[in-house]
Amino acid sequence: MIKIERLHKKFGKNQVLRGIDLEIEKPGIIAVLGPNGSGKTTLIKSILGMVIPDKGSISIQESLIKKKWRYRERIQYLPQIANFPGNLRVRELIKMIKDLRQQESDDKSLISLFELEPFLDKKLTTLSGGTKQKVNIVLTFMFNAPLVILDEPTSGLDPLSLISLKKLISNERKKGKTILITSHIMQFVEEVADNVIYLLEGAIHFNGTIDELKNRTNQTSVEHAVAAITKGTNV
Amino acid sequence: MVVTLKHIIFLVCILHWSLGQSETIEVCESCEINSVKDAISRAQATDTILIKKGTYKEFNILVDKPLTLIGEDYPIIDGEDQGEIIRVVSDNVTIDGLFIINVGTSYTSDHAAIRVVRSENYLIQNVVLEKLFFGIYIEKSNNGKIYHNKIIGDAKDEYNSGNGIQLWYSKNVTVDRNIVQGVRDGIYLEFSDEIVINNNISSNNLRYGLHFMFSNDDVYTNNTFENNGAGVAVMFSKRIKMVNNIFRENWGTTAYGMLLKEINDAEIIGNTFEENTIAINIEGSNRITYQKNSFIKNGWAVKVLGACYSNKFEGNNFLYNSFDVSYNSKLNDNVFDGNYWSNYTGYDLDKNGIGDVPYRPVKLFSYVVNRTPETIVLLRSLFMDIIDFSEKVSPVFTPDNLIDANPLMKKVL
Amino acid sequence: MFKIFKYSFFDLMRSRWSYVYFLFYLILGFVLLFLNNDVSKAVITLMNVIIILVPLISTIFGIMYYYNSKEFTELLLAQPIRRSSIFMGQFLGVSGSLLLSLVLGLGIPFVSYGLFKSTAIFDFSLLLVVGSFLTIIFTALSFNIAISNENKIKGFGYAVLLWLFMAVIYDGLFLMSLIVFEEYPLDTFSIAATMFNPIDLSRTLILLKLDISALLGYTGAVFKGFFGTNLGLMTSLLLLILWALIPIWRLIIKSQKKDF
Repeated sequence: MIKIERLHKKFGKNQVLRGIDLEIEKPGIIAVLGPNGSGKTTLIKSILGMVIPDKGSISIQESLIKKKWRYRERIQYLPQIANFPGNLRVRELIKMIKDLRQQESDDKSLISLFELEPFLDKKLTTLSGGTKQKVNIVLTFMFNAPLVILDEPTSGLDPLSLISLKKLISNERKKGKTILITSHIMQFVEEVADNVIYLLEGAIHFNGTIDELKNRTNQTSVEHAVAAITKGTNV
Repeated sequence: MVVTLKHIIFLVCILHWSLGQSETIEVCESCEINSVKDAISRAQATDTILIKKGTYKEFNILVDKPLTLIGEDYPIIDGEDQGEIIRVVSDNVTIDGLFIINVGTSYTSDHAAIRVVRSENYLIQNVVLEKLFFGIYIEKSNNGKIYHNKIIGDAKDEYNSGNGIQLWYSKNVTVDRNIVQGVRDGIYLEFSDEIVINNNISSNNLRYGLHFMFSNDDVYTNNTFENNGAGVAVMFSKRIKMVNNIFRENWGTTAYGMLLKEINDAEIIGNTFEENTIAINIEGSNRITYQKNSFIKNGWAVKVLGACYSNKFEGNNFLYNSFDVSYNSKLNDNVFDGNYWSNYTGYDLDKNGIGDVPYRPVKLFSYVVNRTPETIVLLRSLFMDIIDFSEKVSPVFTPDNLIDANPLMKKVL
Repeated sequence: MFKIFKYSFFDLMRSRWSYVYFLFYLILGFVLLFLNNDVSKAVITLMNVIIILVPLISTIFGIMYYYNSKEFTELLLAQPIRRSSIFMGQFLGVSGSLLLSLVLGLGIPFVSYGLFKSTAIFDFSLLLVVGSFLTIIFTALSFNIAISNENKIKGFGYAVLLWLFMAVIYDGLFLMSLIVFEEYPLDTFSIAATMFNPIDLSRTLILLKLDISALLGYTGAVFKGFFGTNLGLMTSLLLLILWALIPIWRLIIKSQKKDF
């Protein structure tokens, strides 16, 4: 599905990615973890083509993505901070994204799932953070692509919506998709993820299942396991 | 035209017949008398020679007695480029209604279509001249009239072309309602005083539409000068009156509407200068009154070079000129008062029709352009506007007493 | 690209500033014509306004739009759309809406005052062509500045500086070098220096039609031979096109390499 080889990226003097090698073949949910500034978002943006790597290559479904754009049709992406053009209305935004992607979509059920009907004719600037995130989720999940990338999907969500989101994610998984998630909420990761990739200072320090992570660190929860692995590498 | 011409002929005939003195001699291609020269040699003084329609290939026709030469339906007199065509050496000669072509060009003598030499009381009217060198050349001949002629030249270079109407040492001549184009100078006056030049149209001439040299006390009114090298050049002359003329589209590298050089005590009133490179170029000219002239869309309205003293500009309109007034020195002895300036931005709080702030017609930019001509490319740039503004506030390079203290708020009509 | 253009364009057409800009020209046009009722006079005054104001407004509008639509851009970048399409679409959206305001704002008063019967129609069309070029050129330049500067305030500063340089400082340097080197033949230098600044180039183009008598009368034969002919007109227009194409080209190149 995704194959990354020796990926390097530098922002100014700051070496963010230091030779990432990663291969994801099987469908399932992969959590990308790591402390702030470890390169999670850069990695994801590289996959999306928003960040151009200095060295290395990325292929998706066996084709290199360099200087290509059409492969993004096969990605559903949920950006980290839901910043939208302010003077658009929610309905217009959804319509616009549909128009731009020209793919089959199912926005109605998602809108009712998150109870967004009353907000459809509101301008995006007037929405609260949580509502924006719901709109963000609708925009991501209304399409049907084999690769799903979610950057901090839980931020700002109320418990009820969180449950809906989890349901959505597990539905996607059942469809046999590959789902990449970054999150700081370890409980959420433990609940949904099959595999964990741990990034630190631009390099992969762990790549395996949750159980493997726990075994390796002799911890019972992901939270502690991650803390242990962070400390362990610091020493 | 034809009707009036016939009327005139008829009247002249009646007049002569009634006096019972003069005879009319007819000339036509198939007549017994088939040349103008022949007719003149047979004619008595005061006779009329009636030239019928046709082509007469003649040159050096000498009119040596007081005759009236009248053409019927514009007979053509073709000089075949041999030289001068008609020379008048007698008083009281009238030449009327001829079509004269192919005057010989020469580098040694000024061949003319019609030359009047030391004669008085002549009348040259309704004559059409084409393919000429000089047109009508008046030499030391006073008290004549040149009326309603049409002179169409095809001059290409100044050195081998002549003037349309030239007056040399002649006094008290009227030049009225002529059309002159495509020659070197449309009308040229040298040492000729008390000349009246009215209602002429002089256009597309190589050098000047009208040119004065060493001529005094002349008047020209209601003429139009269009697209000449320079509209009118007045040089080394005194007491010239220039009234209600129109100077248009005289543009080019050294093009002027009016060029004044070493002239004194002239009056320039009610003229219109439109779209000339330089409307009036003044050099060494003193005590000239400018009134009620309109300067419209010229590059420079008034360009002052060298010493010019005691000139007065009053009640003129300066409309949309790139530069209203340009000086090449810091000295000013001329008066600008009560003019209308379209570039004036002041106000009139007491509503008396006169702006409360003086107008400063000389821009710094015009000074800069005088110094370095290429800077003209910066015309109307924001930078120049800023510089001009600062100069306006505190003059450094331009004459600081050059102001119009009473700029008008409305155009002078 | 067309879709992005459509969204940017309609987004801008709904914005207050487009209306302000449009109304400004509309009022300016009517006031000028009302005050002197003469189309050709109004064209001259308009030239002064267009030469200075169009670049300023285009620069500021362009840079503000770029920074304000950053979120929109990031949203689009994750979509299956070519990068160059995103930026070209936005660029065309901004310049398109500015052009529409300019052309309609000036066109309506002039047409209603009988432009088509006036001889000034050529001058006026030239004015609009030059105004359009300046809009495109300066929007493209401001996008270039914005894409190279993440820092909004810095970018804004550079943009204003660019305008100031092109509109004022350049001419100051130009004038100074003309005066310093007045001993030498300066015709060719003047022509070249004019060509290297789109504002000067536009001004000269319009001047050729309006103040031609003064311009041709005074300077040497080289100037007359160049600017007075169709060759000069064609060269000037060609250079304006180049002035538009080069920043657009750089915008595309830069957008391919930038990280978001």
